Amino acid sequence: MNSREKILERVQKNQPPLSGLPDLNHERSGSSQSIQKFVRSLGNIGGTAIDAMSWNEIESILRERFPSTARRISLIPQLGSSGINGDFEKDPRTLENVSVSILAGHFAVAENGAVWVNEENMGDRVLPFICEHLVLVVNASAVVESMQDAYELLDSSDHSFGTFIAGPSKTADIEQSLVLGAHGPKTLSVFLLHA
Amino acid sequence: MSEEIISGSRVSDHATLAETFNKDEPRVNWHDETLWFIRKKRDKAAWQIPEWEQLREVASQIKNNVLSNLHSYLLEFEKNARNNGVHVHWAADAEEHNRIVHDIIQKARIKNVVKSKSMLTEECHLNEYLHAKGIDVIDTDLGERIVQLAGEPPSHIVLPCIHWKKEEIGELFSQHLGTPEGNNDPQFLTTAARLHLRQHFMTSRLAITGVNFAVAETGEVVVCTNEGNADLGVQLADVHIACMGIEKIIPKRKHLGIFLRLLARSATGQPITTYSSHFRRPRKGQVMHIVLVDNGRSERLGNADFRNALKCIRCGACMNTCPVYRRSGGHSYHYAIAGPIGAILAPGLDMKKHADLPFASTLCGSCSNVCPVKIDIHDQLYKWRQVLTQNGHVGTMKKASMEGMAKILSTPSLYATAGRAFRWILDNLPIIVNNRFNPWYRQREMPEPPKKSFNKWYSENRKQK
Repeated sequence: MNSREKILERVQKNQPPLSGLPDLNHERSGSSQSIQKFVRSLGNIGGTAIDAMSWNEIESILRERFPSTARRISLIPQLGSSGINGDFEKDPRTLENVSVSILAGHFAVAENGAVWVNEENMGDRVLPFICEHLVLVVNASAVVESMQDAYELLDSSDHSFGTFIAGPSKTADIEQSLVLGAHGPKTLSVFLLHA
Repeated sequence: MSEEIISGSRVSDHATLAETFNKDEPRVNWHDETLWFIRKKRDKAAWQIPEWEQLREVASQIKNNVLSNLHSYLLEFEKNARNNGVHVHWAADAEEHNRIVHDIIQKARIKNVVKSKSMLTEECHLNEYLHAKGIDVIDTDLGERIVQLAGEPPSHIVLPCIHWKKEEIGELFSQHLGTPEGNNDPQFLTTAARLHLRQHFMTSRLAITGVNFAVAETGEVVVCTNEGNADLGVQLADVHIACMGIEKIIPKRKHLGIFLRLLARSATGQPITTYSSHFRRPRKGQVMHIVLVDNGRSERLGNADFRNALKCIRCGACMNTCPVYRRSGGHSYHYAIAGPIGAILAPGLDMKKHADLPFASTLCGSCSNVCPVKIDIHDQLYKWRQVLTQNGHVGTMKKASMEGMAKILSTPSLYATAGRAFRWILDNLPIIVNNRFNPWYRQREMPEPPKKSFNKWYSENRKQK
């Protein structure tokens, strides 16, 4: 008998009588206050949320924040060309010098400041992690209250890879002093687009 | 630092190791306060969720269901993961797990590996195994990298170098990473580590990660980090190996909505970790492996008293709250997982080797109160003590004194006499207890004895009425 069979046999023999799954009994609780709550939550974890009324407004804020000399990749057509036109390099390592990545988030979560981004919006899976500054744009109407609401939206999602991003990469491993920019982005800006 | 601990090989018991840790009192106080600060952050985060207790209850019930239906969930997970194009492996024990991982590395002809935090690989001593085979494994979590450079195991499952001071880390980095001596600024040191580890991310073609949750319904695994080290490693590698204990399975994706609300709040008081990444299918051109590890888990599943420990989601809340952990340090537990949860997991793997751990507790119950999946940790500690005694793993001195104590406590006349005698001794001959042969005296002062027994006081005061 191989290990697989041995393990499965022991598990079957030793598992206790079936105990039912609880009813999650979840009611969607999104409210008009969710946006403000998201802005607060993201601020508390080191990110910045910015309300924007148009793509032009976002573009002008981006120009102010990030000098034009830095390598910038946008996967959102309204915010300029990616410089690679969707034709991503074969080797993700060549993205190491990307200063700013601009990606669309699918929705945001008020209780913890997280934004769900799945692979189809990343261009390359490494892009949200390897850049110095990450910019996400989320439709302001796509802010849900809690993680339970979030997984209702993800119920039938067929992502190959997807991630919740909540704030910039961080660590407090040295004497509990919070440092932003551990391995990934040093800043995270989330634009909430009211359009 | 504790050079006497080479992970895996035990040289001393908890009491002895705790005694060493306790030699530096200001440091112990600092350690204690740091962890208590994190415990308080956890409370603050939990209290912001009105339905917190309900979430704990639901999480506990989901985990109970997982344990009761693990056989079909494992099969469901395996089937879905394979359909996703992932290679699934089964390892009966630590040795087999290490062999499987090594085989994959060898077949890919790779020498340098990056690894994000995984308590399972600590449990299996994967690093040592691969090192002996000539494979260079770099731990990429900052705290884990620090203890790795120092040649130590982590002292906490979430905060691996919580016992290190920044001055010591500064010195360690100046030795290993060439940072200027005397610069101990956490921001500066973190930047130095970022640059150092970025080189490894860029050059390593294989990444190993742990798994926080594995969803049976979809075959995806979820990995949570704050630093982004798991993602940087995996997304830049040709091969991804995710290692998980078989108990990490959860039935449905929607259950993540419960567990991700609980995990980071319980661990560090954050509302969620920075990244909660869902790996379902490998990236184009990448090969993905999942290693399912038993290593004693299926055996424990059959033990009604101790199976609940398999519900653990490795948040570390029980450590941060434990008065014994906070004042004895993670290394005093001489096991990959320290603190109360480690003390109930370890003896299940090797009763003789870890017989001391269930005694490293006051049984105050704080661990059970903060546990996000409601494991009855302190009850299990108490039950382990009985099992260990019945199996002859408790020292004769402890056994004899417990039996003597039981005799005294169950015989009122003996109890009265012993009380009188003890009060007299503390007053007149304190040296009999205040000496270094009494383990209770070593780190504490004995209390001042009351003038009389409660019984005597009660009968006198009752007469006055």
